Amino acid sequence: MDVRLLQRQWVDHISALFREGFLDAQFTRLQKLQDASTPDFVVEVVTLYFEDADRLLNNLWNTLSQPVVDFKKVDAQVHRLKGSSVSIGAQRVKNACVCFIICCEEGDLEACFGCLHRLKLEFTQWKSKLEALFRIEQQIVAAGGSLPMI
Amino acid sequence: MVNVCRAMRSAIPSAGRRWWQTWTAWTLWILLMLVVWMVIHCYNLASTMKTAEEALVSMCDKRARLLEDQFAVSVNHAHELAILISTFHYQKNPSAMDQETFAFYTGMTAFERPLLTGVAYAQRVLHSERENFESQQGWTIKTMKQEPSPVQDEYAPVIFSQETVFYLEALDMMSGEEDRENILMARATGKSVLTNPFRLLESNHLGVVLTFPVYRTGLPQDATIEERAEATAGYLGGAFDVESLVENLLRKLAGNQDIVVNVYDVTNISDPLTMYGPSNSEGYTPLSRVSMLDFGDPFRKHQMVCRYSQKPLIPWSAITSPTGLVVILMLVAYILYASQKRCVMAMEDCRKMEELKFQAEAADIAKTQFLATVSHEIRTPMNGVLGMLDMLLDTDLNLSQKDYAQTAQVCGKALIALINEVLDRAKIEAGMLEIEAVPFNLRSILDNVLSLFSATSREKGIELAVFVSDNVPEVLTGDPGKFRQIITNLIGNSVKFTERGHILVQVHLAKHSNIPTEGNACSGLNGLDAGKKINTLSGFEAADDRNSWENFKMLLSNDASQVNGFSSEKDLKNVTLIVSVEDTGIGIPFNAQDRVFTPFMQADSSTSRNYGGTGIGLSISKCLVELMGGKINFKSKPNVGSTFTFTAVFEQCTEHSGRDSDGPPFENVLARFKGMKVVLLDKRPVRSAVTNYHLHRLGINVEFTQNSKMALNMLSQKKGSLRIGTMPKILLIEMDCLSNADVCLQKQLLEWKQNDHILDAPKVILLGTSESDKAKGESLVDIVIMKPLRASSVAVCLQQALEMENGSRKELPNRPVFLGNLLSGKNILVVDDNKVNLRVAAATLKKYGAKVECAESGKDALSLLTLPHKFDACFMDVQMPEMDGFEATRQIRMMENESRAQARIKAASSPNGFHREEPPHEQHLPILAMTADVILTTYEECLKCGMNGYVSKPFDNEQLYQAVARFVASKPIAGS
Repeated sequence: MDVRLLQRQWVDHISALFREGFLDAQFTRLQKLQDASTPDFVVEVVTLYFEDADRLLNNLWNTLSQPVVDFKKVDAQVHRLKGSSVSIGAQRVKNACVCFIICCEEGDLEACFGCLHRLKLEFTQWKSKLEALFRIEQQIVAAGGSLPMI
Repeated sequence: MVNVCRAMRSAIPSAGRRWWQTWTAWTLWILLMLVVWMVIHCYNLASTMKTAEEALVSMCDKRARLLEDQFAVSVNHAHELAILISTFHYQKNPSAMDQETFAFYTGMTAFERPLLTGVAYAQRVLHSERENFESQQGWTIKTMKQEPSPVQDEYAPVIFSQETVFYLEALDMMSGEEDRENILMARATGKSVLTNPFRLLESNHLGVVLTFPVYRTGLPQDATIEERAEATAGYLGGAFDVESLVENLLRKLAGNQDIVVNVYDVTNISDPLTMYGPSNSEGYTPLSRVSMLDFGDPFRKHQMVCRYSQKPLIPWSAITSPTGLVVILMLVAYILYASQKRCVMAMEDCRKMEELKFQAEAADIAKTQFLATVSHEIRTPMNGVLGMLDMLLDTDLNLSQKDYAQTAQVCGKALIALINEVLDRAKIEAGMLEIEAVPFNLRSILDNVLSLFSATSREKGIELAVFVSDNVPEVLTGDPGKFRQIITNLIGNSVKFTERGHILVQVHLAKHSNIPTEGNACSGLNGLDAGKKINTLSGFEAADDRNSWENFKMLLSNDASQVNGFSSEKDLKNVTLIVSVEDTGIGIPFNAQDRVFTPFMQADSSTSRNYGGTGIGLSISKCLVELMGGKINFKSKPNVGSTFTFTAVFEQCTEHSGRDSDGPPFENVLARFKGMKVVLLDKRPVRSAVTNYHLHRLGINVEFTQNSKMALNMLSQKKGSLRIGTMPKILLIEMDCLSNADVCLQKQLLEWKQNDHILDAPKVILLGTSESDKAKGESLVDIVIMKPLRASSVAVCLQQALEMENGSRKELPNRPVFLGNLLSGKNILVVDDNKVNLRVAAATLKKYGAKVECAESGKDALSLLTLPHKFDACFMDVQMPEMDGFEATRQIRMMENESRAQARIKAASSPNGFHREEPPHEQHLPILAMTADVILTTYEECLKCGMNGYVSKPFDNEQLYQAVARFVASKPIAGS
């Protein structure tokens, strides 16, 4: 495929991500941190994030399924996920986390489950979008091009 | 809150209807009242009746006794007559009595027998004696019907009669049924006998006839009936006209109209015979009195019955007194009810108010929380906007694009500043803001604040100046941040609203500054003394003439006199400063002056249109000033200017830690200027005092002159006297002294300028307020210092002037680059349990050239930080499992303290004290908290556990710079 086409696609994709609120400024900062010495910085961090978030979501599911729900634990876990999401610039996941925290503070178990579902949904969406983005990047790199500036 | 509210609601009883407020209760009460009324009424009636009865009894008995007595008197008299007759008629022979004598005697003694209408004497005549008797008397015996008497066993013809009854003469008494029985009865008993009542002849009144037997010879007491009959000579009879008699009797007695009297013959109980009184039972029957009468006739019984003619009247008191009582009771009940009702209403109102108060308070809290939340929520996206703009500016933009982006960034920053202000206010209202107590240098803070506004003031051509009285201590303990904020707010306002003239900030000790009283400050309020020469900083009139030269001089002289005396008062711990910010701006309209400190209030809506701003700054300043134990007030005249004055209480700093933001280089500069002399050419005393203040801080001695000639003289004269060492090296000229008219000065200046190389030519420095001044002056003088003056900037300029470093002014390094300088080569430890965060933070710091190591938990960090270590700084996440950032920091600090203590012991024990000069900062690792939640993790909490500051995640250049600069700047770069 033509590199320029790929690059265009990439730009479209990422600007759509920004527009739709999947990403925020922090992601741009991450991109800026990536330089010659750490060429795969963003991918690396995002992968870390995927693992971390997957684990946290599973933990959350387990914690919420307990007969007696320890809301403090839930809160801590969601906080952690929120922190990661902020660092990575995953804005919509972060927003879902914020809602979750509010529900958690109110001790509303049903709402917590709702939030967890939403969180999962957001996260899955985010993950697929980012994976798509990285695929394009890989294609660009494979085609010998460089990522365009945004 | 809601729970408290509920609790309160239940504590106050709800005002429902009580049982005593229902209609049933009222009906019951009224019934009870009726019963009470009835009871009292009946009691009254009963007592009335009883009284009436008692009266009746006494009256009746009285009448009965009277009647009895009268009757007895009459009967006795009749008895007497009987004896008279027996004595004079029968025991005398011939009889000493005849009709005439009898009539006369009885007529004469009639008054003795008021009850008897008349008396008559009838002789007992047997049939055998009839003829003899008739012939003797000369008339025949007649019956009652005036007819000649038929033949009888015996007769009782009347022979003597009183005149009133002379018609009885010759009538046979035994011919009448009643009389006959009477006669027989009397003869048998020997006592007076009464007949049944009957209608009397003639008078037709009811009456009774009394009959006495007259015996011939002395009759034994126990004589039989036959013997008595034998011995009977005749009978004396008298008619009682009972009716008229009783009437006469009663007439004599009082109150006879009220009662009805009946007299009955009750010999035959079943058929009482009326002797007197109305036959039908007249009058008030229920109440009657029966009195027995004894008329001396043992065979007959009489009784008197009395009753009231009318029912006794019910006395008014029987109605009025219970009615009155009932009315009183009703009133009492009503009063109780009404007062109770009022009480309930008051309680209800109280409860409602309580509720409303709670609502209002809740609303207030909600408002504050809302503000805080909204501000916080706005901050988050704004950070995004600003970050993007930051990055946009990093990219290649053409000029206009860059301009747009910069404008957007400036606006965004302004918005963030505003939001921070709102947050501040919310915090203050929530009482969350606490005052720090750290040592700070007031003068350098003022200089810093001034530098913030220097650009604006230059642009507008306003003179911005600060003056701190000499006796204000160098270092004070208090809250520099808040103080700075207040000052910034006030100066910001002044700058915003001032187009010409000056803004002067003054700081004095409060006790020296109260000389100009509030009273005389008002004298010039309406500009009455406009003719007076205005002697302020810029020559424009100020609202509060406290700062004019006259007062200023007084303060200065006071300062001077107090400088020496001050040391004696050094033990005073608190220092009250009075700070005034004076401007010559548009002023505040009089009608708006009382709401200046209300949040979001500007003088009028056009203000915000023309000048922008929300008007929250002053209210925050007021809160802060009050928090610091001071007061803020102001004087303002429209179109003249405003002067805001506030007091603030600080503690004197006992330990003089010379560490301030001026830093060591500044100290070096100070040493250079010490003892230097300058000449200041300035027409305005206030301004020259301000300039003097700044120069004095640098240790420079200033000589003032007011005109150019004197200044030149001063310089040249000194030159001539060859005392080069003490000669003033510098001439400072105010811009407005450099008028074109002053040819002499200009010439001299030009000369100096051209002979630049001559060593001993004085350097000339121009003090200018605006950029145009700078351009104008550069041709004539060596250096132009732009107002506002600051000790540091003056120092730099002077240094330049003296050394004549022909370099252009050093550009302030761009911040990220500067950050790079700050961080490059530093060993930094980043602690975060979140790998993602850790990675990002590390990469960010690496970008600035720092050498980064990572730790994933507090414990790892602790082990890495075991002394001695190589790290220059540590970024610590606050929320971590097992050991959070605060705890880790506490432990690190503990470790540091221990090692310091050990070092001290070691130093003390080592005789040569070689290690004593070990710099202390090496043992104090700067720790910065990393947190995503700025509002939750307060700065105070960070400080409490020994952290040096915090940065919010994700890092942003500006913030990182500020946080890092704080500790890196305070630490001279000694190692690297």
